[in-house]
Amino acid sequence: MTISRRQMLTSVATMAAGGAIADGLPSPAGAMPPDVPDSMRSLGQPILSPPYGVPSKFEKNVVRRLREARATDTEAFSVTPLQNLHGIVTPNGLVFERHHAGVPEIAPLEHRLLVHGLVDRPLIFSMDDLLRFPSVSKTYFLECSGNSSTEWGKSGYHSVQRTHGLISCCEWTGVPLSTILDEVGVKPEAKWILAEGADAAAMTRSVPLEKALDDALVVYAQNGEMLRPEQGYPVRLFLPGFEANMSVKWLRRLKIGDQPWYTREETSRYTDLLPNGKAYEFTFEMDAKSVVTFPNSERSFRDKGSYEISGLAWSGRGHITRVDVSVDGGATWRRATLQEPILEKCFTRFRLPFVWDGRPLEIQSRTFDDKGWAQPTRARLIAARGTNARYHFNAIQGWKVAADGGVTNASA
Amino acid sequence: MRALKITLALAGLFWVNVASGQHARLGIGTPAAPDQIRGWDIDVRPDGLGLPPGTGTVEKGERIYAEQCAACHGEKGQNPAKGFDQLAGGRGTLATPRPVRTIGSNWPYATTVFDYVRRAMPFPSPQSLTPDEVYSVVAYLLYINDIVPRETVLNAQTLPKVRMPNADGFIPDGRPDAEDMKCTRDCQ
Repeated sequence: MTISRRQMLTSVATMAAGGAIADGLPSPAGAMPPDVPDSMRSLGQPILSPPYGVPSKFEKNVVRRLREARATDTEAFSVTPLQNLHGIVTPNGLVFERHHAGVPEIAPLEHRLLVHGLVDRPLIFSMDDLLRFPSVSKTYFLECSGNSSTEWGKSGYHSVQRTHGLISCCEWTGVPLSTILDEVGVKPEAKWILAEGADAAAMTRSVPLEKALDDALVVYAQNGEMLRPEQGYPVRLFLPGFEANMSVKWLRRLKIGDQPWYTREETSRYTDLLPNGKAYEFTFEMDAKSVVTFPNSERSFRDKGSYEISGLAWSGRGHITRVDVSVDGGATWRRATLQEPILEKCFTRFRLPFVWDGRPLEIQSRTFDDKGWAQPTRARLIAARGTNARYHFNAIQGWKVAADGGVTNASA
Repeated sequence: MRALKITLALAGLFWVNVASGQHARLGIGTPAAPDQIRGWDIDVRPDGLGLPPGTGTVEKGERIYAEQCAACHGEKGQNPAKGFDQLAGGRGTLATPRPVRTIGSNWPYATTVFDYVRRAMPFPSPQSLTPDEVYSVVAYLLYINDIVPRETVLNAQTLPKVRMPNADGFIPDGRPDAEDMKCTRDCQ
């Protein structure tokens, strides 16, 4: 029994290869105690190999993936391998992508940000100009409102990367938008700001002035380096806690106005269709949400014994106050430990020690934030919104763990 | 409002006191001239603000659509290529289990069609259409959705007056709506 389970999981690990430590695989002779490994008997690679460091070759399967095939590879998105992440920071090369017309190549010297409309002084900023402003660095999650959209129905996805991978969390550095607005002088009648990208979609969203003056940033760096091209290089808008589409990448224009523009992306898209045919508009905040990332469909319990159940929680309205974990499908709950720092509108890592007795389980997590919001059950969310809302799915996610350790989506 | 406090430092440098919490202009950026703004100012609002001069007809739009749009979006906006949006039809489906969200069934404002086509279409060559061509494509899209008659002429005055079938289809964010989205007891 134990042997066949191990053999089965080994073959799964070989095929799916989630970047897990490959214990259980045959080891080269001589590497294990008491023998001295080869790595100690000869010199290693020279310094600067390569100048810009990359992950170990043994981590080659830790990559972004398509959730599903799309009609084009430019109007498309990729998902972050949450099952491989540790802590709360998403490495830049693993941050999910969503492009509506491909990734533009923009030379920073030739990029400009125009700020105009209901202002005293319309201004044009170069990248050099933007780098002169007082800057801030903040760690925030960024979640597409289409994250987990497959879970309104029966997705058939068993990988947390596919069900929940349209989210990432980085340290973002840039200029408070309020500072830039002070520079142009916003007129008293202003209420909304149109943000426009310099991509082939000329992506545009209407942003409430209140958000712009609260915590909105114009960012040029993530995790200590300039933005990656697919994240909006050289500059993007960043609206903490709001649906990611509004954090317009390749930002070229901010127009201050007194009413929203009702762009395609806030009418045809990014509106939440209800069973009565009406749709919520301007659903900006991302709700309190959590998901267990270990065990997962690539790496799970193997033998009876001690493990650590782990996952991520976040809220677009504040900070996480609590995460509960259930191993019996939501019948009973235990409180997980939250890793500090616990930051606003940021990933919070939760952990719970667990001893597996080898029996099948359904693992769930539920979270709460400091503004009184909670993560609903799937049944109650669907009771409120039906199954065609598409966006803003934040229900409790269940993972079934079989007697052989295999993990499947409980609702799929 | 307190004036910007500037302190002369020993080395002869000027330090800006940003700790005061007062906002002051930093003098960064270059004034944007009206003709510079005009080249980038392409957005259009529901009240028509931003619409450029020009005129479009259904007949001209039909020709452009056949050449530049139909390959993806399908003849007459129906039966699109896999993965591309259906642009016409779907009326009366939004409250059914299989809603079809098209311009005719879903979009609340005709101006949004103009704004989107102008900025983002045709997909491989955005911003390649002249204002007359955009007005014409919009006229054709509204025509195949039975929103305007074939003889319609669209311009900056007539387009904002077009009433879309789903103009009243959008309501404010209703969250919290699910029963257990707000914590009622024992949550912290």
